[in-house]
Amino acid sequence: MATEILMPALSPTMEEGTLAKWLVKEGDTVSSGDILAEIETDKATMEFEAVDEGTIGKILVAEGTEGVKVNSPIAVLLEEGEDASAVEDAAPAGGGGDEAKPAADEPRGKAPEKAPARVAEEEPTPKSKASPDWPEGTEMVTQTVREALRDAMSEEMRRDESVFIMGEEVAEYNGAYKITQGMLDEFGARRVIDTPITEHGFAGIGVGAAFGGLRPIVEFMTFNFAMQAIDQIINSAAKTLYMSGGQMGAPMVFRGPNGAAARVGAQHSQDYAAWYASIPGLKVVMPYSASDAKGLMKTAIRDPNPVIFLENEILYGKSFEVPKLDDFTVPFGKARIWREGSDVTIVSWGIGMTYALEAAGKLAADGIEAEVIDLRTLRPCDYETVLASVMKTNRCVLVEEGFPVASFSDHMASTIMQRAFDYLDAPVVTCTGKDVPMPYAANLEKLALVTTDEVVEAVRSVTYK
Amino acid sequence: MAARKTTAKAKPNVSAEELLGYYKDMLLIRRFEEKAGQLYGMGLIGGFCHLYIGQEAVVVGLEAAAKPGDKRITSYRDHGHMLACGMDPKGVMAELTGREGGYSKGKGGSMHMFSKEKDFYGGHGIVAAQVPLGAGLAFSDKYKGNDNVTFIYFGDGAANQGQVYETYNMAEIWDLPAIFVIENNQYAMGTSTKRSTRSPSYWERGAAYGIEGEEVDGMDVLAVKDAGDRAVAYCRAGKGPYILEIKTYRYRGHSMSDPAKYRTRDEVQKMREERDAIEMIRQLLLTGDHATEDDLKAVDKEVKDIVNESAEFAKESPEPALEELWTDIYADEVPQETA
Repeated sequence: MATEILMPALSPTMEEGTLAKWLVKEGDTVSSGDILAEIETDKATMEFEAVDEGTIGKILVAEGTEGVKVNSPIAVLLEEGEDASAVEDAAPAGGGGDEAKPAADEPRGKAPEKAPARVAEEEPTPKSKASPDWPEGTEMVTQTVREALRDAMSEEMRRDESVFIMGEEVAEYNGAYKITQGMLDEFGARRVIDTPITEHGFAGIGVGAAFGGLRPIVEFMTFNFAMQAIDQIINSAAKTLYMSGGQMGAPMVFRGPNGAAARVGAQHSQDYAAWYASIPGLKVVMPYSASDAKGLMKTAIRDPNPVIFLENEILYGKSFEVPKLDDFTVPFGKARIWREGSDVTIVSWGIGMTYALEAAGKLAADGIEAEVIDLRTLRPCDYETVLASVMKTNRCVLVEEGFPVASFSDHMASTIMQRAFDYLDAPVVTCTGKDVPMPYAANLEKLALVTTDEVVEAVRSVTYK
Repeated sequence: MAARKTTAKAKPNVSAEELLGYYKDMLLIRRFEEKAGQLYGMGLIGGFCHLYIGQEAVVVGLEAAAKPGDKRITSYRDHGHMLACGMDPKGVMAELTGREGGYSKGKGGSMHMFSKEKDFYGGHGIVAAQVPLGAGLAFSDKYKGNDNVTFIYFGDGAANQGQVYETYNMAEIWDLPAIFVIENNQYAMGTSTKRSTRSPSYWERGAAYGIEGEEVDGMDVLAVKDAGDRAVAYCRAGKGPYILEIKTYRYRGHSMSDPAKYRTRDEVQKMREERDAIEMIRQLLLTGDHATEDDLKAVDKEVKDIVNESAEFAKESPEPALEELWTDIYADEVPQETA
């Protein structure tokens, strides 16, 4: 049967074009791959090749014609044995061929008017999810964050053979920050692996190993260096589950110190929480205390998704009470209320909690009772606990060390504004690091970070006290 | 350990049946890609679409050297790799049209397709990102202690990316069973290899890391199979990675919207007429009395039917349900609401 040759779409955005030149004439025999015509799009002049073999029965659109719509017939191709009379059977010029109809009638990607609702509907009255992490009366031990992280990883490596850790200096050096101290001795070089200094490469190898069924822990000496690897974290680890229609993803943990340490300057002092928290497909954890570092790390290793685990060098040596339990975990998406209060809600996470708690102590001395919430995980995020608290106190101050523009605090402030506007008695205020690269000089560095006094000030401004 | 150049003269001992199989597999890729080009022209396939026409012998030759359990991963020019490893042409074509019946339920598209069942790990849109990912797959097999190997395909364009060399280094120090397959089709989009590097060959760069390698004629499926056998034997024996630089040629533009002004029509025509991989096997089959014209016509018809069926399926399969917008973001749970 004679087939129509249709005006092709030659770029993602082309709707019509100019038929610049025919390179065949009626009666010519063509085979697959022969150039039939030159077509001008908005971007370039393209050669248009034959897909089928046959004889050009009729040319329907003369060369030089402008504004030829994509999918309109431009010529008729005859099969072996057919003569020109078959052309009459073909659809008249201007009418789309049968094959063209689905595309012509249905615009590509016909968008529904509105995206369907997410599965989890918003609760009209948010209820705090906060609850104790361990039973009352549990025996406690004092541990540093550093020790808690090591114990969590070691416990999970004992439990699951597919868990391994790789990174710079994690094995023989025992960790640049001694987080992996003793792990090479216990688990051997097969599972505690020193890498060359090649963040982009070993992050990709880690993601590939996760695709292959392992549970990698990839340590970055600091998250500043993970910028070299961020393509593998976002484009490969976070998106593959979606792009594969649920067939495969990357169950793994990327971890290491994040944010400012002390006197290490602009390139070693950045907080990446907001960057990673903006990516669907990632989970983002930022613990403050040792018990959270331990319980959340164990959850992170077991989670079937890529988890960004943001630690902090200043906190590594800080001691906290950790419950003495055989298998202590902390779930993602559940905030912790460190201090109850009725005058204002202070929300923070990670090292920001040091300022939040110190400020709350100072304010209490002046009779202002702050409720202090530690988000612990940014994605998933426990909005309910924050909203329930703000509905009680009617005021909120957010505290973090990150940059102020497009910060996670901004996101939370916007959420509060959208979901608890009627409950607010004052603007939501954010206390963040300053909008400057981290300076080296000791006095300027202090100024660049958020301070406890700034938090106290912010609370006074929203409580009008 | 030093790299070497082995230009294989001895052809692998393949049966007439295998030859006919290679012919059919290569023809399926070519006809499938021609159909994809056609559907793109009709607006049924959107966005970017990179065709594999001309390079068919590379994947067909290497798949002939693979065994079940071996893995493969490649770039965005991935349709040929998927067909060669046995993925269903219907599922591939329906992914190209963005339909529910596609391998990724229509959510991946031409550049992002996967099949866990066939050990095909994508389909990656970021040039060279698949190289460390592939080494990670090889790492996982070595960690588990089996003898599987991973074929990591990338082009001459990707071969200049830094992460390739980071990966070479780690693959060699850890003896990973990784076969790095450089599909050198001589053009990184519009930039010829002559304009993008002064080094004479890509496989020789492996020598800097102590990796064995060789150059292979990619328009000769038997030479590819032969080199593939050598690479696979080397990797399976636990000797570490291996590089195959396969000289090939793409007949079409980089993507559907590439007018290919950076090379002459004569250059393309010369390759098609004198070096075409499918035509070569066709002649081998006919002159060796392994098949008659009628046998080959029957294969052509069979392939054409498979491709037409896949196109029909790809047009009729419905667009994904709207709820699919929110699925597969996180494993084992619904996505967290964000505001």
